[in-house]
Amino acid sequence: MAKRVLIADDEPNIVTSLEFLMEQAGMEVRVARDGQEAIDLAESFRPDLILLDVMMPVLNGYEVCQRLKSDPKLCHVRVLILSAKGRDVEVAKGRELGADGYITKPFSTRELVSKVRALLGQ
Amino acid sequence: MSPSSNRLFAVLRLPLLALVAVLAVAAIVWSDLEAPERAALAAVLTGPRIAMIGLLTVSALALLGVYQYRLAEATRQPALRIAESVQLVARSNPAHRLMQQGNSDLCAIAEAVNELAEQRERLLVDVETSVAQAKAGVEEEKNRFAALISELDQSVLVCNRDGRILLYNAAVSALLAPSSQPDAMQALGLGRSVFGVIDRSLILHAVEAIEGQGARGERESVHFVTATADGRRLRVRVAPVFGGASHPTPPGTGEEPAVRTMTGFVLLLTDVTEEVEIDARSVALFQDLVEGTRAALASIRAAVETLIENPDLDTPRRARFTSIVQVEAVRLSERLDMLSTDVSERLRERWPLAEMRGVDLLSLASRRIERREGLATRLETIDPDLWLRVDSFTLVQALSSLAGRLHEEFGVREVRFRLQAGGAHAQLDVAWHGVPMSSETAFTWQNDAFTLGGEDSPLSLAQVMERHGGEAWYQRDVPTQTNYFRLLLPLASEHAAARARPRRPNRPEFYDFDLFHHSGATDAFDARRLTELTYTVFDTETTGLDPANGDEIISIGATRIVNGRMLQAETFESLVDPKRGISPASIEVHGITPDLLVGQPGIDQILPRFWRFAEDTVLVGHNAAFDMRFLQLKEAQTGVKFRQPVLDTLLLAAVVNPSEASQSLETIAGRLGVTIIGRHTALGDALATAEVFLGLIPLLAAQGIHTLGEARAASQKTFYARLKY
Repeated sequence: MAKRVLIADDEPNIVTSLEFLMEQAGMEVRVARDGQEAIDLAESFRPDLILLDVMMPVLNGYEVCQRLKSDPKLCHVRVLILSAKGRDVEVAKGRELGADGYITKPFSTRELVSKVRALLGQ
Repeated sequence: MSPSSNRLFAVLRLPLLALVAVLAVAAIVWSDLEAPERAALAAVLTGPRIAMIGLLTVSALALLGVYQYRLAEATRQPALRIAESVQLVARSNPAHRLMQQGNSDLCAIAEAVNELAEQRERLLVDVETSVAQAKAGVEEEKNRFAALISELDQSVLVCNRDGRILLYNAAVSALLAPSSQPDAMQALGLGRSVFGVIDRSLILHAVEAIEGQGARGERESVHFVTATADGRRLRVRVAPVFGGASHPTPPGTGEEPAVRTMTGFVLLLTDVTEEVEIDARSVALFQDLVEGTRAALASIRAAVETLIENPDLDTPRRARFTSIVQVEAVRLSERLDMLSTDVSERLRERWPLAEMRGVDLLSLASRRIERREGLATRLETIDPDLWLRVDSFTLVQALSSLAGRLHEEFGVREVRFRLQAGGAHAQLDVAWHGVPMSSETAFTWQNDAFTLGGEDSPLSLAQVMERHGGEAWYQRDVPTQTNYFRLLLPLASEHAAARARPRRPNRPEFYDFDLFHHSGATDAFDARRLTELTYTVFDTETTGLDPANGDEIISIGATRIVNGRMLQAETFESLVDPKRGISPASIEVHGITPDLLVGQPGIDQILPRFWRFAEDTVLVGHNAAFDMRFLQLKEAQTGVKFRQPVLDTLLLAAVVNPSEASQSLETIAGRLGVTIIGRHTALGDALATAEVFLGLIPLLAAQGIHTLGEARAASQKTFYARLKY
């Protein structure tokens, strides 16, 4: 069965590439354009993994991550943070809040796909 | 009439009177005699008997004269001693009492004087008490000022017009005379010239600029950048200190402000080495970034635009252009990664954050929370050696506000702090026991402005963390039911931590600022008044008493007297390896055994340091000729020549009390009321000599000796000056 990936990012240009990439990798993809939408879609779409940007309107990526991880119904969702915020304090925060991985933008598409697969146990 | 002709007359007085009396009697008798009786008497007197009569008369008169002399002397000596002692009491030692000597009249005088001295002493004590009370207020202000200057991170130097250092704080010592450079330490001291530590021409230029501004009525301080001996860069700000006008000109009266003269200046020093370096590097980095990005983007843009304009490009060429886009994009990413870590570090360094021990920060926060918010606090696992780089004020505000809010909205009674290193940052946890907080609440709290007991602050925790280049988040440890906010804070750099722990010397010695008004060292020493000069009082211990035959110095001790005060904080003390044995007789005297001197520096190293210490001062010692001889004999070997004037307390004591037989340091000290501690250590003797010297100065003044030249001239005339080494 195809794995489900939720992409949460408000920047359309990167979303286009990510969507294409994930679909090409055989995933079923949905896109959320802000933090609240991400939570809502997480509940309804039930993704296996979420590609999470940090700088989003309404709720930022950290908040989304913490909420997901503290919700018993959703804490199994793998969280891969994909962010332009790359300082070590930010990476540390992401990790402490429960993210399963952190990739700084810009990134290699190949690396991204392999990381996603690894987190999905493929 | 001069004293000596006075004495001569006194001695001759009795015999002369006797002679006159006899002649008078003879004249009266003679006039009463009849002519034949006169003739008979004349016959008896003249002739051979005249010689006998003459001789007897002269002998009698001579005996009378001697008797007179003896009598006079018996009174004179004690009288002189009384006179000297009275002067001693009056000028130098109010506690001194006269001995009862000589005849009963003199004893009565001595007793009366003692009574007077007693009264005077009591009066002096009363006066002192009153003055002390009156000064208490002034002292407190001075202390406040001293505390301020002393604790400032800013280095402050106060100098008089000629560049004599009047005041400096610990920060200056750390900056200009770090313990890594012992020689620099000698150059920095009260009364010393600031030109020894900062370039003279720069300061003079700044002073001229200030005076020029003053004349034009402008009021800006001047600054310049200079380099220290060890290559650091200092920004020096020079601000004038004005004397003169006792009241400010009221504004709007249309009066010209009285022209004030500059009596001194204040130097504020800042180490800008890092700032300058950081600035330079930041600029370089930025340039790098811009240029590198331009280049890569150019390639990308050109390739992409080509692809767009030419949709029908053949496959190999198409592949070529797309490959360019990819390669350049990757290269740009890598470059960015490299630069971003560099840049974020530099940016952090630029924030004016202060280094502070983590423990201290938490103590501050705890105290505040306990007092203001009424919460208990506990410091749990704290790493005691952690040094943070923080804006302590806003951080304490943030912690306080957080604790207060927890108390109000969650009923939290106790807040616990944890502090440990976590990678490149410090982890500060603010923890409490209780029900979990929702992540919404946590995030809201982080972004809300502080409320501190009714006062609103514009800052939020998120902003404070941003300022520190750190991060914060809420977490819950389920097994222990502990909630905490974890704050990641920057650590102080190694170098900064070491520098932030300065030696804390005593408060700066406070000066009578009337050194402001003393002119510089341009006058020849001899014309200067004894009370105004700066002295280095020193003493040496040696291997023996024979400098010319190979005896060596084994210890030098010295102290400084500036403006009539001994400076406790500025002494010189050093043991010297004589590279030879010590005679048992001298070991008995000073107690320095050969094993104490093993590994001590040699005279070649110590003497130049001592020379530096005594630079520009008058040397003072007890039996200084002895010590000076040793120093002179070392000139060839060390290249160090002592050319300053020298005063000898032994000779000066003889000038003041020529009738005293013993002139040892102990006796003189006893007379002047000076207690000696640590006798026969070089420093101990130097200190005692210094106190004796200070006691002698007013006594010399009583004899009309006020200047150095006069003191030296008088010294040379004393008996002891005839002994030479």
